[in-house]
Amino acid sequence: MRQPPPLGQKKGLTAIDAAMALIVILLLVQIWLVMATLETYLAGHYESVAAGAIISGMIFLACFGLYLFIERMDAEVRKR
Amino acid sequence: MTLFRKPSPEPLWRDEFSVYSADEKYVSRRQFSKFLVLTSLGMFAGNLWILVRSWFSREPRFPVTAIAHAEEIPIGGVKLFPYPTPQDQCILLRTGADTFVAYSQKCTHLSCAVFYSSAANRLECPCHNGAFSIQDGAPVQGPPRRALPRITIARKGDLLFASGVQLEG
Repeated sequence: MRQPPPLGQKKGLTAIDAAMALIVILLLVQIWLVMATLETYLAGHYESVAAGAIISGMIFLACFGLYLFIERMDAEVRKR
Repeated sequence: MTLFRKPSPEPLWRDEFSVYSADEKYVSRRQFSKFLVLTSLGMFAGNLWILVRSWFSREPRFPVTAIAHAEEIPIGGVKLFPYPTPQDQCILLRTGADTFVAYSQKCTHLSCAVFYSSAANRLECPCHNGAFSIQDGAPVQGPPRRALPRITIARKGDLLFASGVQLEG
């Protein structure tokens, strides 16, 4: 029979779930951003393309930061 | 607290395939997060690709091509013609005695061929019920969000010439 996780583990799991939810939201925004940038590029408005790439890079860095947080939390909770 | 976790002394397989059932939740979440971050990297690469394309895109030069005789098209009539390459179909409309407009025939949604609806006085795409204004090619209905590229028309006597493509109608 499986034992319920200890309290520390449960908190860690909640934090990881929250970080994952944030990554999903950021990813949805980033997918929309790629579509919007492509539309403006195809319409001949090149001036907003650089801004789109910079914001997309920032979103990727934020996602990567959250991933590092998940890795660290995982390591701490499981004492790896 | 360090940003990167310390390398585990355990072998990787033991880390990823833990014998403890409680660890399953962590491993699956970590791997799914990795997949999400890689997708985010892909989106960023897509944005960079668009940026690089915009840097290297040059102002195109369009040929001046005779496309029709003015008298062969009645008012409210249309004529199809290829411009600027034989693969790019365009549609020419005569909207008045001396007024002509021409647009690319490719719908800006998914490239279906648009046609002129005289009943609605607009260009319509049969694939997803998109519609464009004949005044400026702007989308007025359906999924298209960009205007049809407008073909610059010049008239010399009875001959009509196409001389350029404007991306914003």
